[in-house]
Amino acid sequence: MAEAATELLTTADGRPLKAALAAAQSRARRRAFLLVLPLLLFVLLTFLVPIGYMLKRSVEHDGFSASAPALDAWFDQNPGFDPANPPEEAYAALVSDLARMQVEKTTGMAGTRINYTVPGTISLFKKGAREAADLAAPFKDSLLALDPAWGKPTLWRGMASASSPYTTEFYQVASDRKLTDDGWARGGDKDRVYLYLFFKTFLISALITVICLLIAFPVSHLLATLPMAKSSLLMILVLLPFWTSLLVRTTAWIALLQEQGIVNDLMVGLGLIGDDGRLTMMYNMTGTIVAMTHVLLPFMILPLYSVMRVIPPSYARAARSLGATSWTTFRRVYLPQTLPGIAAGSLLVFILAVGYYITPALVGGADGQLISNLISFHMSKSNWSLAAAIAGMLLVAILILYWLYDRLIGIDRLKLG
Amino acid sequence: MALPTYADPLERAWHYTYLVICGLVFLFLIAPILIVIPLSFNAEPYFTFTEKMLALDPTGYSTRWYDALLTLGHPAPETARDSSWWSAAWHRATWVQAAKNSFWVGLWATILATTLGTIAALGLSRPEMPFRRLIMALLISPMIVPIIIIAVGMSFFFAKACVAPDSAMGAIFGYFLSEKGCLANSHLGVIVAHAVLGIPFVIITVTATLTGFDQSLIRAAHSLGANPRTTFFKVIMPLILPGIISGALFAFVTSFDEVVAVLFIAGPDQQTIPRQMFNGIREAISPAILAVATILVVISVLLLTTVELLRRRSDRLRGVTGR
Repeated sequence: MAEAATELLTTADGRPLKAALAAAQSRARRRAFLLVLPLLLFVLLTFLVPIGYMLKRSVEHDGFSASAPALDAWFDQNPGFDPANPPEEAYAALVSDLARMQVEKTTGMAGTRINYTVPGTISLFKKGAREAADLAAPFKDSLLALDPAWGKPTLWRGMASASSPYTTEFYQVASDRKLTDDGWARGGDKDRVYLYLFFKTFLISALITVICLLIAFPVSHLLATLPMAKSSLLMILVLLPFWTSLLVRTTAWIALLQEQGIVNDLMVGLGLIGDDGRLTMMYNMTGTIVAMTHVLLPFMILPLYSVMRVIPPSYARAARSLGATSWTTFRRVYLPQTLPGIAAGSLLVFILAVGYYITPALVGGADGQLISNLISFHMSKSNWSLAAAIAGMLLVAILILYWLYDRLIGIDRLKLG
Repeated sequence: MALPTYADPLERAWHYTYLVICGLVFLFLIAPILIVIPLSFNAEPYFTFTEKMLALDPTGYSTRWYDALLTLGHPAPETARDSSWWSAAWHRATWVQAAKNSFWVGLWATILATTLGTIAALGLSRPEMPFRRLIMALLISPMIVPIIIIAVGMSFFFAKACVAPDSAMGAIFGYFLSEKGCLANSHLGVIVAHAVLGIPFVIITVTATLTGFDQSLIRAAHSLGANPRTTFFKVIMPLILPGIISGALFAFVTSFDEVVAVLFIAGPDQQTIPRQMFNGIREAISPAILAVATILVVISVLLLTTVELLRRRSDRLRGVTGR
């Protein structure tokens, strides 16, 4: 055997076997990869690049830096200036930039950029730009005479930071932080807009996940234990909503739950409530929760069902025959075996709920809006960078959950129907 | 699940409660979908049953909301219904235009997603595939990443993804792009966006079919002299076809139901049914929406039936291959 080990094994055409195998394997790898390549390129161009572009927008805004070159240059030369008391040259640069903005009609853009961090700046800039050409030296005194707000340290901090097109300020704003005279700080209670909505979105999603789990569990169990013929018939009741347009289901819930809707009519008809006591179940948080639970329920039932179907009933019978009560059997024997299904369904429902847009937008009213709706709101107000920053934060949250899903369950276990 | 004979009264009571709970959940799932069907035949502009409808009085029912689908946007809705009336309805009625847009966008998005997705799934299901887990995670992610993020990213990027209309590229692609030569506000932009959203479904269904696929069949075909093309069309394709078709149907339904991307990247020429419904629900809600909803429910019943039949066929076929 010693000779055999030293003698090199070769293929029929005389190449070393090891090298031939390596070549064949790398060829097979290349072939497999080539099959995937077209789709990868497509997804790269139409999915990854747009998201990357969005993330770039979340740290980039040249509304001020592009329209205030003199001030940009001054800030570059004097990085350590005192925002509480900027010197005359700074004011001179500011006035010349304001005059330029008036000519180039970029006042609105520049003012909007600063307005994200220092509220009230748009009108200040418009007024300043209108008067800039008539101002005389010393510019500090004349500008402050026009409006003392020009001397605010916050404004100067904001302009210094906005003089570079790249900034993390939108993430600061989206984390409810506020630019003060002494720099960035946590905002007061009334400024908690974005993080509060993130928190609310996660809370509502968790609530919907729990409701889905509670009502999906008995149904999945029934589907898993019934004979195949009956269970596939009942399965249609689960799959049909899954295949029905989201807008159809949302419309249906409006018809059911609105004040003149069927549920209210029914309750009035049965005498449960008076005609003047109709419940408000639509265009508020209740509407969002009910409609989203309905939409997401199949995503909970399907993974639960596929796990429950393969749990052998003999374990429960064995537990009972050994003297366990039905509750103990459920708690100690059956429930632990369903955990993979519970984890898969709950994570999926939670992930989908966090990013929900259409249902809250249509039936949520004022208080049933979630974080996606806020992104859409800022997009409609042309606050693109801020919308992108909120979307970036949401994306990070989703990717963490997705990673968790992959670690715990594995994405290749994801099934449809 | 039958109740064991040794069950005590408490267990019996619990068992029946459990059945009632299940029944209520099924009612919760299905009732909202079924309720739109009778409501869409309402003779009054209400979203609820009128007394006449409850009394099953024929005058309480009408098809006026289905009619409204043809007359909204019709240049002369009151004139006699001759061929020119129908032609105007076909070319001008708002809902008909939306249906046509939805159909074409859905069809092309499905073709794109299914072709690319099936080829990629073939590669992904090979044991030699490098970085399999990572690539799989990437390809499934359009289903996981919130649609609003995708839509915002696309609305930024598609507005910049332009070609000059007078350039060579503009001459080739100009027809598919918007007037300014951009992906934004163009049919191609919507098709591409919907294809991305449909890809995860194709990948999931086709790789699921391929897990039961016996890879030695490919070697057998090769050893019998088939070239890769023949192997694909004669051996692989017939076996995974049910998976491909269900993936394609999922992709089509995804596109047919998609509204957020359309809201962000489409222009007035790309009004689809969901967008029209979205606007309808937000602005002037009329039972015409219920008529559309009923038609969509009928379509989804048909699609569901097809997919179920295909799934059974696929299971049977894979059983034959001796898994």
